[in-house]
Amino acid sequence: MAVFSFREALNQAMSEEMERDDSVFLMGEEVAEYDGAYKVSQGMLKRFGPRRVIDTPISEEGFAGIGIGAAMVGLRPIIEFMTFSFSLVAIDQIVNNAANMRYMSGGQFSVPIVFRGSSGMAGCLGATHSHRLEAWYAQIPGLTVVLPATPADAKGLLKTAIRSDDPVVFIEHEVLYPDKGEIPDGEHLVPFGKAEIKRPGADVSLITYSRSLKATLAAAEELAAKGIEAEVIDLRTIRPLDIDTLVRSVSKTHRAVIVEEDWPYCGLGAGISDRITREIFDELDAPILRVASGDAPIPYNKHLEASMLPSVPRILAAVDEVVYR
Amino acid sequence: MASVQTEAQPIVDKSRALDWLRQMLLIRRFEERAEMLYQKGNKIGGFFHQYSGQEPVAVGSIGVLREDDWVITAYRDHGHALALGMTARSGMAELLGKVTGCSKGKGGSMHFFDAAKGMMGGHAIVGSHIPLAAGFAFASKYRGEDRVALCYLGDGAINQGGVHEALNMAALWKLPVIYIVENNLYAMGTSLARSSSHQDLTIRCATPYGIPGHRIDGNDIELMARTTLEAVDHARSGEGPSFIEALTYRHKGHSISDPGKYRLRDELDTYMKNDPIIRYESVLKERGWIDDEAFEAMREEVKAEIEEAIEFAEKSENPPLEAVYEDITVAPFIPQE
Repeated sequence: MAVFSFREALNQAMSEEMERDDSVFLMGEEVAEYDGAYKVSQGMLKRFGPRRVIDTPISEEGFAGIGIGAAMVGLRPIIEFMTFSFSLVAIDQIVNNAANMRYMSGGQFSVPIVFRGSSGMAGCLGATHSHRLEAWYAQIPGLTVVLPATPADAKGLLKTAIRSDDPVVFIEHEVLYPDKGEIPDGEHLVPFGKAEIKRPGADVSLITYSRSLKATLAAAEELAAKGIEAEVIDLRTIRPLDIDTLVRSVSKTHRAVIVEEDWPYCGLGAGISDRITREIFDELDAPILRVASGDAPIPYNKHLEASMLPSVPRILAAVDEVVYR
Repeated sequence: MASVQTEAQPIVDKSRALDWLRQMLLIRRFEERAEMLYQKGNKIGGFFHQYSGQEPVAVGSIGVLREDDWVITAYRDHGHALALGMTARSGMAELLGKVTGCSKGKGGSMHFFDAAKGMMGGHAIVGSHIPLAAGFAFASKYRGEDRVALCYLGDGAINQGGVHEALNMAALWKLPVIYIVENNLYAMGTSLARSSSHQDLTIRCATPYGIPGHRIDGNDIELMARTTLEAVDHARSGEGPSFIEALTYRHKGHSISDPGKYRLRDELDTYMKNDPIIRYESVLKERGWIDDEAFEAMREEVKAEIEEAIEFAEKSENPPLEAVYEDITVAPFIPQE
C-alpha cells in the first residue's frame, strides 16, 4: 500500500472514475484553471480538458441545478462547492430537486450526482465559512450523506459516490486535506452504510466521524493508559446510518459517547442517541452523552474557536461521566 | 404586434393545424372538468392552477419540437403535459392521486412527469427549474447531440436570482435551451407593473445576456410556433439560448382558491372575448380547413375523451400504503426511523 494525502485520494477517485466513464465530469468554482481552491482537482484540467473539468461563475444555485438537470438525462456530474458553507445558497436545488425528483416523478427519473467540497471549522474563518451542515442534509430522504475521515475512505467512498445512481452529499473536512494515509492498491471502493471500528474496546463506545475521529482516537489512547478500553467507531456514512454496528458495540460496552463537530441542538448525535436508546435501552448503564460544538456561531478568534471543537479533554470528561469515575 | 395567423403561407398544414386546435380544446376541457371535480366532488386536493386562456403558448411551441427534445415547466403544468401527448387519463388519475397517474399519485397537480414524452416535470418552487433546463441542454452539448430543452416560466419567476444565474451560464456556454416566459400579467395577485422594473421582459432576460429576445403575442398560436422554431433552429445549430416573452392571459385566478379580485372586470372581459381557441377556430374556418359541423364533432370527441379519462381515474386504485417508501432512491431505501 502506498501513502497519499487526503486531497490526492480525492483526486485519484475522480480521475479514475472519469477515466472509466465519459459521463462523469467535474464542475465548480476554480476547479479547472486555478487547479482547485484547495488543489483537490490539481492537474485534472490538463488531463481531461475543459469539456470535462468546468469552471463556473460564482452561481452555486445555478450550477447545482445545471448538474441536477444533466444527471436527470444521464450524465454523472461531480459538483464541487468550494466549501459546503456556500451550499446554503444552493440548498433549494439539493433538497427540492436532487432529493425529491425520483419520488415526485413516481420513479421515472434518477439523479446520479455528487455534491462535494470542504466543510467545518478550519481555523479563523468566522461564522459564515465554518458551517457543519451534515445534520441538515442527513435529515432529507433521498440523499446519501458521506463524511470520510481518512485518505483511504476518501478515495473509496468518493468512487462509490460517483457510481451511485442517487444524489450523494460528500462532505470533506478542510483540515484533513494534507493528512496522509495508506491507500490500498488497485481498484478501491468502500460501500455506503458501513461504519468502521477503528479501535476495539469493551468499556465505552465512542461514536464519531470526519475530523473528530482524530481527537477521539487520541482520547482513546489516553483512556487506555488509565485502564479504560474505548471502542472507537467511524460512521463514514451518516445517511444511511450503520445502526447495526452501533447496536452491537453499545450492547457490549453499555456506554456511549457521540463526538461531533456540529452544533448540539437537533444535531446528528441527537438522532443517533435516540435510535440507540430505542433499540437497546435495557443495555445502557449510563445516559448517552454527546460532545459537540458549543451552541454559538463560530467565532474568529482562534482561542474561542478552539474551545468550540470536540477536544481530548472534553471527550475524556464525557467518558468519565458515563463510566461514573 | 405582427400576426401570422392570417399569412398566405401558414407554418402548418391543415392536418397539423387541426391537431393543434384539438389539443387546445382538450386542455381547456381537461381544466374545466378537473375544476368541477375539485369544487364539487372533493376528489382533487392541494394546489391546482388552471391553464385556461394560455393554451396557444404550450401547443404552438411544443408543436415544433422533435420527439427527443425536453420540456420542463412550472406548477401550471397540465397544458404542457397534454400538449406533449401525455394522455388525459394519466393526468386525471394523477389529480385524483391514483397509482395510474403520471407520477403514480406522488406528484399531484403541480408535479406532472412523463419521461417517455420528454415531460421533465412540473416544478413548484418558482424559478427552481430554470437551471435544470440548462442542465438538459448542457448534457446535449456535452454528448454532441442536437437535442434542445424548452423551459416555460411565469412572469413572476424572472425575479428569482437563480433564473439569472442560469441565463448567464446558458449564454456563456451557448447551451441549446429556449426560455419561454408566459407573461399572463400577474404573479399570483401581484401585477407585473408592481413587480418588474421593466414591463418589456426581454430587457431583463435577453438583452443583459446578449441572447435573442422575442416579445410576441403568445395567444397567436402560429406566431408562437414560428418564433419557437426560429429559437429551436438557433439552438440546434450551436448558437445557444433564446428568450421568448409570450404575452398571454389566464382566464382563471392564480389557483382554484383565488377569485382574482385584483383584476378589473373590463380587463377580464376583453380577454375572455378574445379567447385564443375561438380566435384560431375562426382563422381555420376562414382558410376553409374546418366548418361548424366538424368543429362541433371535434368538441364532442374531446368531451368524450375527458369523460373517459375521469372514469378511468375514478376506477383506478389508490397507491398502497407501502408506496410511501417506494421510489425514493434507486438503491434499496433504508428508512432512518
